[in-house]
Amino acid sequence: MSDVLAVAEHRRGDLRDVSLELITAGRDLADAQGGDLHLAVIGGDAEGFAGELNREGVDAIHAVDDGNEFNHDVYVQAVEQLFDEIGAGTLLLPNSVNGLDYAPAVAERLDVPLVTDAIDLAHEDGLSVTREMYASKVATTVDVDAAEVVVTVRPAEWPKAEGEGSADVRSFDPEIDESTVRSTVKGFEEVGGGDVDISEADVLISVGRGIEEEENIELVEALADALDATLSSSRPIVDAGWLPKNRQVGQSGKVVTPEVYIAIGISGAVQHVAGMKGSETIVAINTDSNAPIMDIADYAIVDDLFDVVPELIEEFGGEPP
Amino acid sequence: MKILVTVKEVAEAEDEFEIDGLDIDDRYLEYDLNEWDDYAIEEAVQIGEDGDDVEVVSVTIGPERAEETVRMGLAKGVDRAIRVWDDTIAGTDDLDVAAKAEILASVVEAEDPDVVFSGVQANDDTFGATGVALAERVGFEWAAVVNHLDQGSLSEGTASVRRELEGGVEELTDVELPAVLTIQTGINEPRYASLRGIRQAQSKPLDVQGLEDLGLDADVVESPVERTAVFEPETESDVVTFDGDANEEAAQLAEMLRDKGVVEG
Ligand SMILES: Cc1cc2nc3c(=O)[nH]c(=O)nc-3n(C[C@H](O)[C@H](O)[C@H](O)COP(=O)(O)OP(=O)(O)OC[C@H]3O[C@@H](n4cnc5c(N)ncnc54)[C@H](O)[C@@H]3O)c2cc1C
Repeated sequence: MSDVLAVAEHRRGDLRDVSLELITAGRDLADAQGGDLHLAVIGGDAEGFAGELNREGVDAIHAVDDGNEFNHDVYVQAVEQLFDEIGAGTLLLPNSVNGLDYAPAVAERLDVPLVTDAIDLAHEDGLSVTREMYASKVATTVDVDAAEVVVTVRPAEWPKAEGEGSADVRSFDPEIDESTVRSTVKGFEEVGGGDVDISEADVLISVGRGIEEEENIELVEALADALDATLSSSRPIVDAGWLPKNRQVGQSGKVVTPEVYIAIGISGAVQHVAGMKGSETIVAINTDSNAPIMDIADYAIVDDLFDVVPELIEEFGGEPP
Repeated sequence: MKILVTVKEVAEAEDEFEIDGLDIDDRYLEYDLNEWDDYAIEEAVQIGEDGDDVEVVSVTIGPERAEETVRMGLAKGVDRAIRVWDDTIAGTDDLDVAAKAEILASVVEAEDPDVVFSGVQANDDTFGATGVALAERVGFEWAAVVNHLDQGSLSEGTASVRRELEGGVEELTDVELPAVLTIQTGINEPRYASLRGIRQAQSKPLDVQGLEDLGLDADVVESPVERTAVFEPETESDVVTFDGDANEEAAQLAEMLRDKGVVEG
């Protein structure tokens, strides 16, 4: 019997979806372990968030009133103290950018093992976590032989918890040692604006690292022209400066839901898929029939893009560069 | 000022591969410098070039094979390298986050850097945790997923950074030094090593240390986290693959697009 503590995530006044997904994952695990599911929400409108988080399956919610936005030094101390106070066995945190900014430090402080980016959790003799390796080409199971553990959970893998709950909402007042708060969040900035909004496009021609060279970008530009479509890309193309930031699809770029998304030389990394899996029809052009993008594609051409794209341009009356 | 950069040689799987026991069969793995670490090296080397009296040291936990990628860092401008390895580490299947943090912590304590750069994640096991765990262990401040650093701020004892959050939002944060920053791709443009750099790298110090040299007991590698299965994920995919030569493939895709009515012509 052991309790699960999950910590919600919010930013700039909004609860993030992963918080509700944590409830689903946490409830299943608490059932398997015969324990309760506790939630913590730290900072911001903690009381208000606690109301939103009060979904079916949650046993208790601990609201910590400290600061507006995420500060990892505060989170680490609050979560460590709450985990100890509850006497929980499993700490479930989001595998988000902020989750990765404090989960490893909490695990260190509690001196318990850490497993990140879980895509499945099972509990029989002990906790068993499924996660991926080698750019999602394989999945692995890792068993944790410890009474206490910190696990981060991949966003969008579990459904959001629904139904109204009847959790007991209490406030928790951790002792924060201000001298250890040595980082200050000064503000936020939205990036990737500009003239083109790829999230408005009906058809996206999206190009990835398979294009190899900057000078080859004109090949996919010609295809986008021939189809009267909009050009977007995966992250490495933007990192390299071959296309501007506002063309990037994915976790740290834009979320797009076009009628047709044509991924050309894109492997389908989880952070990319996060931005395009809601597309109505997904087409992949890739030499690797095992690439993760194939798992979510509706149509595929397993071939060299440098052979296929010129043919496609001609199909639509264009002229390959 | 001293900058320590943690680097890892990572394995990448070829398109077609076989699983052998608890890993991909080594015949199908290719080794290279972790993509994120390349950006971490570049950031450190740039600071080294712009400032007087800046030493850039890299540290890796890895077998002799990893010296190739370590030398690559030296060729790009890292001054000196440390490689941690011995029979005890070699005999361990997976170093967990705590073990890596403990080993790197002993190097941090010996080197006493002002700032440590690590990659956001290693592209093979993608734990994404070593840098922050290390920071907590040595009592440094930290920032994860940094895609901009105001290099000038370092001389004032602060790292003014941007952390790349989800959805095109960046967080502007000041972090007191000493600190660990986990570096995100795109923060800079990693250079290629010059021929001159490659020649010079051959004579730069590359020091190999074992657990004992670092004052650590053999049991630091023991872990309650154990890999018990590796498998190819079952796909629920019902993808329709267009077959034929490139011309035939393109024709079928074109027909599908026209049928959907999303394109004209
Ligand atoms: C915190 C964080 C945030 C991130 N945010 C994003 C994000 O917002 N968006 C994003 O895209 N990524 C993001 N990433 C990066 C992501 O993990 C991947 O590294 C990236 O998506 C890979 O891009 P890619 O598919 O173009 O390249 P690769 O993974 O290198 O894939 C290239 C593909 O091209 C194929 N190929 C090669 N040559 C050819 C050819 N001639 N013809 C046809 N196919 C070919 C290969 O088989 C391969 O599948 C993020 C990572 C982190 C850690």
